[in-house]
Amino acid sequence: MKISLLLAITLVIGSAATAQVDSTLFKRTQQDTSKLLLNMDAVYNRPFLSVSKLPVAVGGYVEANWQHLGTDGVSEGHQFQMRRLTLFIASTISRRIKFLSEIEFEDGTKEINIEFASVDFEFHPLLNFRGGIVMNPIGAFNQNHDGPKWEFIDRPISATQLLPATWSNVGFGMYGKLYRDNWVYAYETYLTNGFDDQIINNSENKTFLPASKLNQARFEESFNGVPLLTAKVAVRNKKIGELGLSYMGGIYNKFQEDGLVLDEKRRHMTWAIDFNTVLPTGTYLNTEWAFTRVDVPSTYSQQYGEKQWGGFFDAVQPMFRRNIFGFERSVINAVCRFEYVDWNVGNFSETGDNIREDIISIVPGISWRPTSQTVIRLNYRYAWQTDILGNPASKTAGFLFGFSSYF
Amino acid sequence: MNRKTIFAGLIILAACEEFQPKAPQAYELLDGPVSGLSEAENLQFLRGDVAFNDEVFTSANGLGPLFVATSCGSCHPGDGKGHPFTTLTRFGQTDENGNQYLNVGGPQLQHRAIPGFTPEVIPQNATLSRFTPPANTGLGFIDAVSDAEILAWADPDDNDGDGISGVPNWISLKQYVKERPNSVTQNGRYIGRFGKKAATYDLLQQTATAYNQDIGITSSFEPVDTHSGLVFDPEVSNQTINDVVFYLKALKAPEPRPESNSIEGKQLFTTIGCSKCHRPEMKTGNSSIAAIANKAFYPYSDFLLHDMGSSLDDGYTEGSAKTYEWRTPPLWGVGLSKKSQGGQYFLLHDGRARSIEEAILLHGGEGIQSRSNYEALTNEEKTKLIRFLESL
Repeated sequence: MKISLLLAITLVIGSAATAQVDSTLFKRTQQDTSKLLLNMDAVYNRPFLSVSKLPVAVGGYVEANWQHLGTDGVSEGHQFQMRRLTLFIASTISRRIKFLSEIEFEDGTKEINIEFASVDFEFHPLLNFRGGIVMNPIGAFNQNHDGPKWEFIDRPISATQLLPATWSNVGFGMYGKLYRDNWVYAYETYLTNGFDDQIINNSENKTFLPASKLNQARFEESFNGVPLLTAKVAVRNKKIGELGLSYMGGIYNKFQEDGLVLDEKRRHMTWAIDFNTVLPTGTYLNTEWAFTRVDVPSTYSQQYGEKQWGGFFDAVQPMFRRNIFGFERSVINAVCRFEYVDWNVGNFSETGDNIREDIISIVPGISWRPTSQTVIRLNYRYAWQTDILGNPASKTAGFLFGFSSYF
Repeated sequence: MNRKTIFAGLIILAACEEFQPKAPQAYELLDGPVSGLSEAENLQFLRGDVAFNDEVFTSANGLGPLFVATSCGSCHPGDGKGHPFTTLTRFGQTDENGNQYLNVGGPQLQHRAIPGFTPEVIPQNATLSRFTPPANTGLGFIDAVSDAEILAWADPDDNDGDGISGVPNWISLKQYVKERPNSVTQNGRYIGRFGKKAATYDLLQQTATAYNQDIGITSSFEPVDTHSGLVFDPEVSNQTINDVVFYLKALKAPEPRPESNSIEGKQLFTTIGCSKCHRPEMKTGNSSIAAIANKAFYPYSDFLLHDMGSSLDDGYTEGSAKTYEWRTPPLWGVGLSKKSQGGQYFLLHDGRARSIEEAILLHGGEGIQSRSNYEALTNEEKTKLIRFLESL
């Protein structure tokens, strides 16, 4: 599977490389900036490169970094990381039928995932059908996660370790948008394959939705035959910003097999709220908070929490916009992220005391955008992580430096 | 500006660790190896550390189906004392004639189960006792003490008339346990030294039993599944068990905190009679780990059983111990207990004492005189004594 995937990618890149003999054959696909864009538009709001009159456009991004982090006086030293190489392939099959795929190589070739591969049929702006491997629209980050769009090297903890960004699955659904003056209203809803019981049965020793990402079989077989419903509504005002509300829920356990009952149906539900805006000062604010509820058997272990919540708040302040090293209109930003996750909300049945298992993190930094599609980032992270019992937090801190760029 | 940027970058590179959290003082931590391990021993220690603290069991790698905890580290965070969340419950034995409830889940309650299974419940009329997971610290030193050293403080008939006897728990050896050189036996039974009732002979038995009874993991040493009672294939390798045993043996002894300069507190500890059971110093004998062989160490325990009175008599016992007898718990590291018990104290065998003072005041039986002596101290003296204990 991986080999054939690599071959296909090599062919695509190879054909593009051949075309580079004459650079005039290349052209950047123009992005539509005339309309109000939402997080749900991120999948198409990317720089693509088309070759001559081929009906296929390609693109992608790459990000790599150095980091030096230490926890309670113990450091793993200098680490160089190739976090991500992502390739996009888009095709306009007809004026109202489009195809887009996103293939991601994480940590070198440690993980190779088809994160998105769907065909969109537009029947009406309010009624589009999408099918294939879709990105479940829970929160904003899962929809809009391309590295070059972010001023922080690490993805938000709540987005990757509470919500399972990036989380995609096989299924079908509808989406649509309605424009009214300064407003745009949108919805997305999909039925896909869902989670599995690894969310309460994993080596993280806590309720952990991302554990289900290990189940690669989910792209061909539902774990329990019950679809996962994901739905989001979003509204954006040109002056106020964008607000999104989303839900994802379903049955996560295998309650029957071959007609034999194994357990009762156990449900999980996640709600998320996200908001982003640009203040008159030019300050970009972006936040997302999620709440999860999981039906954990009462005879299991409180190690696995029934409720979780967490989120992040990012502030990005452009400081300078000038020619630096010959990059005209490059921008330097001062940035700061606050994030918090509580993986186990509740009280111990033995003592009545609060169950912890949480993390707080602050990430100040600076970023330099020599062009809008490339960002060079220097972050400093300080995080306090507390175990389930509430013992003194382990403290992790250090610097990260790296880049992320579309190509 | 460019030069400044490059300069700032170089400063960050050169001073990365200056911006990182500092390591706590060694005396603030219970984990970490004893000094003087060889390189090969360091490697085995690291393997054991990973198995003990990082390996989480799920149904995919053998958890349960009935269990108490999902990993070793869940019960012993930071190698310290545990919390009521992972406190064990044992039931069904009221005298030295053995456990009457082995066929209904005894001796240990597995009160949690993976989905689809039903956890055990305590049988009606069975007596029970709850055991807070102990700290792992310095276990290798205790393991390396000779039987003769322990027996030197035993006084079963109270010949010295101080009201304190002290007897070993004479236990049967598991088949897989290897007898120590120069072991002392009585009617074919050996001296136990680990556990609240000193009913465990060595760290191999402790480890294999904990995997089996606490996590529901079978091994070649303890192959019987706690749910079905059937012999299962090993769910943990001998190598991992041996690495964990080595890890436990090679953990350092707690280092006293600076407050130990409380000479008066230490003197009071002896004066009021605490040190008659909480023996400050012991010596190890030979050990396969050179770093802990023939060393003096300071556990503040005699590892013998003592009558602790009716208020601590739960009606449950193990080995030859009476229901009211408990092994003297080592006091070393007691001041760090709060750092592994969620910022609170859960002391004595079942965590019922919420402070050191409460633990002292719950002493009965052979400890009654020391408790009375403590009660007679002035508040200032009590504070000095407790500060001394917290420094251990």
